[in-house]
Amino acid sequence: MATSMRAVLSVPMSKRDHVQGPETAPVTLVEYGDFECPYCAAAHVIIKEVEELMGDKLRFVFRHFPLTQIHPHAESAAEASEASAAQGQFWEMHDLLYENQPRLDRPHLMMYAEKLGLDSEKFAREVDKGVHRERVRGDFLSGVRSGVNGTPSFFINGVRYDGSWDIGPLVEALETAAGRAS
Amino acid sequence: MSTDNNEQQSGVAQSALPAGTVAPDFTLPSTPDQKVSLSDFRGNPVILAFYPADWSPVCGDQMALYNEVLPEFQRFGAFLLGVSVDGAWCHAAYREHRKLHFSLLADFEPKGEVSRRYGVYRKQEGTSERALFVVDRDGRIAWSYVSPIGVNPGADGILKALENLSQKKVAHGN
Repeated sequence: MATSMRAVLSVPMSKRDHVQGPETAPVTLVEYGDFECPYCAAAHVIIKEVEELMGDKLRFVFRHFPLTQIHPHAESAAEASEASAAQGQFWEMHDLLYENQPRLDRPHLMMYAEKLGLDSEKFAREVDKGVHRERVRGDFLSGVRSGVNGTPSFFINGVRYDGSWDIGPLVEALETAAGRAS
Repeated sequence: MSTDNNEQQSGVAQSALPAGTVAPDFTLPSTPDQKVSLSDFRGNPVILAFYPADWSPVCGDQMALYNEVLPEFQRFGAFLLGVSVDGAWCHAAYREHRKLHFSLLADFEPKGEVSRRYGVYRKQEGTSERALFVVDRDGRIAWSYVSPIGVNPGADGILKALENLSQKKVAHGN
């Protein structure tokens, strides 16, 4: 009987991904996350610190993995971040959503769009019509095929990271991967 | 079953039925007044997801994940059945609370009997292992996997097994 499966990223990074950090970074951290997942909100704070600490050595990618049956606002929040991305402000919305996790209903999403100075009519239309649903589902399925088993799930240079995502162990794992790559 | 004796002697868990074995048929309650047999699904692939207990956090994540992935399983014509030793009323409450759209079977009386027959019963804890089986449309095990008890095995292994089955089906032209 097999007792372990080595999970690797089934869909490599591409232009469609939301990316922070330089292309030349020796280590890439991919997160599959859900805006309504409390663990993801906790991880969000840690990732910010990790990015600060690692600077140009790190590239960070966010992909959607909304668990819509247990998190009623996760899907619309994910689609809202894509509607914001369509206006060039994915990360700004990403941060706002995590920072305001208990307030992800439609009026709040609209408020965040206005706060970011988005074309709020276009934003509302896209969210209401589910224009970005396919994109979100695409991320979700790529996660399933990569062995994502819950949120947040992390991949370091394409391999699933099953260790602790406390800042110490996470930075250590990233530094090790960076050292190996360069 | 002789494996029960072996288990007692060696003190280690039984091993799960491997691919190629005929999946033992069973009938278990799916609700307090309904029963389901494995053979009911003959002609379609079946995913059996044994798990230790309703309500425990990792299981929750695993079942929540399968709930989301359900449309993908359905694309292969596959049915998903969760199995644990919890009773039918417990399953009913858990299903409703988590809004699960698939059946949870109660391997409750005699306790764990089906789990034992599949080689995935943890005698000491009195629960099922966290184990997955993909049964083909002829009732044979096509893939099986036992996960460490605290680790959610995800859905990628299941999808790969279903994909292999559908390719085989195409190759055989039926």
